[in-house]
Amino acid sequence: MAAYLEISKVGITFKPGAVPVLVDVDLQVARGEYIAIIGHSGCGKSTLLNIVAGLTRATTGGVVLDGREVNTPGPDRAVVFQNHSLLPWLTCRENVRLAVDQVFGRSKSRAERAAWVDENLELVRMTAHADKRPAEISGGMKQRIGIARALAMQPKVLLLDEPFGALDALTRAHLQDQVMEIHHRLGMTVLMITHDVDEAVLLSDRIVMMTNGPMATIGEIATVNLPRPRDRLALVENSNFIAARQKVMEFLYARHRNPAQAA
Amino acid sequence: MSTTIDSVKVQNAPNPKASGPGPAARIGSALWNALRNAAPLLVMLVLIFAIWQIAAGGAKSSLPPPTTIWAQSHDLILHPFYDHGGLDKGLGLHLFASLKRVFLGFTLAAIAGVALGMLVGTSMIAMRGLDPIFQVLRTVPPLAWLPLSLAAFREAQPSAIFVIFITAIWPVIINTAVGVRNVPQDYRNVARVIQLRGLGYFTKIVLPSAAPYIFTGLRIGIGLSWLAIVAAEMLIGGVGIGFFIWDAWNSSNISDIVVALIYVGVVGFFLDRLVAMAGNFITKGTSA
Ligand SMILES: Nc1ncnc2c1ncn2[C@@H]1O[C@H](COP(=O)(O)OP(=O)(O)OP(=O)(O)O)[C@@H](O)[C@H]1O
Ligand SMILES: [Mg+2]
Repeated sequence: MAAYLEISKVGITFKPGAVPVLVDVDLQVARGEYIAIIGHSGCGKSTLLNIVAGLTRATTGGVVLDGREVNTPGPDRAVVFQNHSLLPWLTCRENVRLAVDQVFGRSKSRAERAAWVDENLELVRMTAHADKRPAEISGGMKQRIGIARALAMQPKVLLLDEPFGALDALTRAHLQDQVMEIHHRLGMTVLMITHDVDEAVLLSDRIVMMTNGPMATIGEIATVNLPRPRDRLALVENSNFIAARQKVMEFLYARHRNPAQAA
Repeated sequence: MSTTIDSVKVQNAPNPKASGPGPAARIGSALWNALRNAAPLLVMLVLIFAIWQIAAGGAKSSLPPPTTIWAQSHDLILHPFYDHGGLDKGLGLHLFASLKRVFLGFTLAAIAGVALGMLVGTSMIAMRGLDPIFQVLRTVPPLAWLPLSLAAFREAQPSAIFVIFITAIWPVIINTAVGVRNVPQDYRNVARVIQLRGLGYFTKIVLPSAAPYIFTGLRIGIGLSWLAIVAAEMLIGGVGIGFFIWDAWNSSNISDIVVALIYVGVVGFFLDRLVAMAGNFITKGTSA
């Protein structure tokens, strides 16, 4: 069976003659799968995600989603950006609304679109704050609106670039649970970048570990064998959880230490 | 969790209905707050007037002290709208005439400036062709345009309006162009993912994102306009605050000049605040 999302032999060089940032990245993702991508800062995770999003052009190789080659950005690959990227002059509802109007302008009526916006705001529990502007809500709330905006596009693949990176531990755990629940309910395919080993193990079906750049590529892929729905408290003692965690830790901190700290 | 914290706060706070201060006391405390905020300014003003009085109070002083100004010109301060026919009008009417010119010239400059700025900001060719010309023209001092403008229009009123226009337009063009050109990559990425292009992209992303820059340009523009109108009116005569100052100088009426200067400053301040408030309202607080 052909994979739903297929990244094949992707490489990128930003300036002609420079050392490539990514080389030979190969990954097959099944429909509904939750993939975490982990690696040290600057190795090229965001670059890889942007290539899948179509925001950046790969120098070599290509990406095929659901049988179609990806070259331009589109709502079938909705992105939740590393820094939320909400438009500050719009309220939270209007931010989601803009995307919904744009994507479903032809296929849904006005009332249907309004209802769909509200439904997605409810999904991330932001109905109460929907009419505030991004400057008036907390970092976690902004990230939730970013997730609602992405989900509202009904993407084939949801691309998350360190969605919880800038949040405190409590908010982060809370949002992780929400995303897990939404994934369980909607069954969308997810590619999530993270720095956090626990987060990767808790949320994903497979963890893609990237080697250090330049010329970074996929070093290893760990499969997380844990039944869903997952409960963070119950997992602490689970031997599969501990094993997966150890595997990633070993990769990141023993075999591919952060180049900044190695020296 | 947050509800418990809130309810604890509510319990600890004094109940405003049962034991809080009455309405009279609350108005009193609001007044007291306003007074406390204004107090430093009031003290400063008293101090400045006192120093001025002492410095200019001597018999040989060439400038009048505040008491002399009040004695000679309190009519101007108390009756800004008298009209004795001809050019013998109250300061308010002179200011009104100047404001009318500024309003016309500045409105034209705002419309043309935003349009040109958008053109230069979006089109590389327009930018290459126009930007060097703008950069040279904007350094020409406002008053240098006046003779040319008088030659072209042969009348004082349109000439003065043109001078305002040509003074205010450059900062509007340049700031608009910068704002339009520098739409943050984040916003552009959002637009690309939802495939917002063309006119929709321009009105929904570029314009709002450039709005704070545009209003910065407009604020600089209105400030320069007010600077230019006073100088231009000194030269063209007729009704207007600039002419009033020049006329007072010709009749050695220094007290009137001082009063007029204070009016010019206060009006200029309010013009600036007005544009800033409009900016804040339209950009919904995302501009400073
Ligand atoms: N537009 C660009 N032009 C040139 N170099 C770039 C560009 N974008 C990224 N790079 C380089 O590619 C490398 C990878 O960047 P990327 O942002 O993908 O890293 P990352 O893994 O997402 O890091 P982090 O975890 O800190 O977000 C970096 O060395 C960066 O300097
Ligand atoms: Mg990144």
